[in-house]
Amino acid sequence: MHLAYPAVLSALLFCTGLYGVLARRNAILVLMSVELMLNAVNLNLVAFDVWLSRAARDTLHSGQALTLFTIAIAAAEIGIGLAIVLAVYRNRGTSDIDKLRDTAEGPETEGPGTPAAEKAEATA
Amino acid sequence: MTLAAATVTASGTPGFLSPTGVEIAFLLVGLVTLGAALITVTTRQLVHAALWLVVALGGLAVEYLLLTAEFIAWVQVLIYVGSVVVLLLFGLMLTRAPIGRSPDADSGNRWAALTVAVAAAVALVWVVVDAFRTTWIDLGGPAAGTTEVTGASLFRHWVLPFEALSVLLLAALVGAIVLSRKAKADAGPAVPGKEGVR
Repeated sequence: MHLAYPAVLSALLFCTGLYGVLARRNAILVLMSVELMLNAVNLNLVAFDVWLSRAARDTLHSGQALTLFTIAIAAAEIGIGLAIVLAVYRNRGTSDIDKLRDTAEGPETEGPGTPAAEKAEATA
Repeated sequence: MTLAAATVTASGTPGFLSPTGVEIAFLLVGLVTLGAALITVTTRQLVHAALWLVVALGGLAVEYLLLTAEFIAWVQVLIYVGSVVVLLLFGLMLTRAPIGRSPDADSGNRWAALTVAVAAAVALVWVVVDAFRTTWIDLGGPAAGTTEVTGASLFRHWVLPFEALSVLLLAALVGAIVLSRKAKADAGPAVPGKEGVR
């Protein structure tokens, strides 16, 4: 198989996930796009591992081991991320990341009634 | 470069114009995967996004099978399709996501995001195609990713990272429980089913 096929597919999947991370507004949809980016990297790792195991007689199989580690870390990441999103939803009543601007700097006005922002400004 | 040349001479200089059956299957499944990923990041129905993500991740599992990495493929099906998507659906339900179309699924900087993504795609595809134009994966012979091969390399060379990873998973489990408890200690874990999946 030509190595360009999995490499190009992985590049396109990564850019799809990049668009999702930048353009989505719901935090859970952003997490889904992050999963797409991680999967693109996994496809790259597996393809290059299969290539190198034959071309360079690599017996270490570092690509496949790293893919398994990435999958496990992604599972941990999605658990922690969803717990954070649920905690934010319980405190603020929204999971819209455009409205979570407490630590934002700049000329725009702060969100209404955010004691965290005032505390941050007071400590700064 | 020498690796690429050796691979080409070893496999008898295949050409672009005569794709093998594996390449055609890879291409078709890749198109399905990419289409499902595009629908995932563009649809306005939140639950449909999670369901199209299942199609994209399952297509990637088929791609792993075509690359002879069967253990990774089944781990992908087990962990991603089995637990990550279920966790995402739980998250969508617990944050009371609307069932129908939600007009504010995309934020205002959609066109900037599209510009960045297209520019990154063009640059990456150009560089990758230019770099690996003459490189071929030899899929014949014994499979490079059977469970035996993967297990041997994992427990012969990668034992210490494997054990460290188990500690990390334990820490993530405890962290998820602590984060999803209520602030008052009298209520138990607030989100049943969240830790039960893992």
